[in-house]
Amino acid sequence: MLKIAYAPECPECAAQVPLEEDARVSEIVECLECRVELEIASIEPPMLTPAPEVEEDWGE
Amino acid sequence: MNSAKPGVGVIASRVRFEEKSLMAALERRGAEVRHVDPRTLFIVDGTAWEGPGVVVNREVGHFRALYAAGALESAGVTVVNSAAATHLAGDKWHTSAALLSRGLPTPRTAIALQTEAALKALDEIGYPAVIKPLVGSWGRLVTKVPDPATAVAVLEHVAALPSPQSHVVYLQELVAKADRDIRVVVVGGQALGATYRRGADWRTNVARGAVSEPCPLSPDHVRLAVAAAEAVGADIAGVDLIEDADGKLTVLEVNDRVEFRGFQQAHGSAVDVAAAIADLLLERARAAAGARP
Repeated sequence: MLKIAYAPECPECAAQVPLEEDARVSEIVECLECRVELEIASIEPPMLTPAPEVEEDWGE
Repeated sequence: MNSAKPGVGVIASRVRFEEKSLMAALERRGAEVRHVDPRTLFIVDGTAWEGPGVVVNREVGHFRALYAAGALESAGVTVVNSAAATHLAGDKWHTSAALLSRGLPTPRTAIALQTEAALKALDEIGYPAVIKPLVGSWGRLVTKVPDPATAVAVLEHVAALPSPQSHVVYLQELVAKADRDIRVVVVGGQALGATYRRGADWRTNVARGAVSEPCPLSPDHVRLAVAAAEAVGADIAGVDLIEDADGKLTVLEVNDRVEFRGFQQAHGSAVDVAAAIADLLLERARAAAGARP
């Protein structure tokens, strides 16, 4: 079980968003309070930004 | 980069389960992983690339993926999948043409460049049919057209879309199938396994809520999926097959930046997609290092 290593604030609702120790830059996480999709902008210091909106050509 | 460890790049603007598990698999194998974010990537003509000689393309946006791959290849980087494979697999018409050129079974398909021509093509294909965007995934804008009146209405909307590429109409017969399709993951010419994807929506994309469950991998699944991946030049592919009402298999599409979370969850520890991809990339990295003068 991975430990929670960081808990930056959600930029939308200011709730703390727990991030595990293996979190990576550009990883997509969800705020458990307001459910907004967020992107990890940096690890040191831990910072979140709203994730980009889905674009027309996204997919596999 | 640490010259003692093999270096592998991962192109991704969005690090999801797939990218995270792949990076971890590479690191466990002793690779030095460099995350290449295409949003900040630029290649200036004539400038040497100082990153890893092999990168895997995991970019979620098709056009960013295509141009990032092409730009890195122009700088001498080996990109998996290649820009050529992304070009073929990322555009449904190019995929259909590649599959047909290899004699692989695929639904009857037409392409038309204007509404009137599309209506004539639909008369030839017959109804019900499906209109799909050339580029795009997750079932977006894929529309069933049961009759000519619906086709006229849908094509009016298509004609009003802003991008010129949207006006190129890709049409297929609607294959009467069970409420599922079959996803086969192919890595390095090997089929790793298959899943059924079942959903309440006729578009059986996991992104639309379809559920993945293990599907026994048959010799026919393997033969078709491996051939389909080869047809578009993809070393890593998610090949979608459907069974018609008689159980005959048909290739629907080849995904060059396969999302494998549902597949991995369905198979658990029996299959490790990230490990297979990591092994392929390290093999390429070793080959590239060996080839360097």
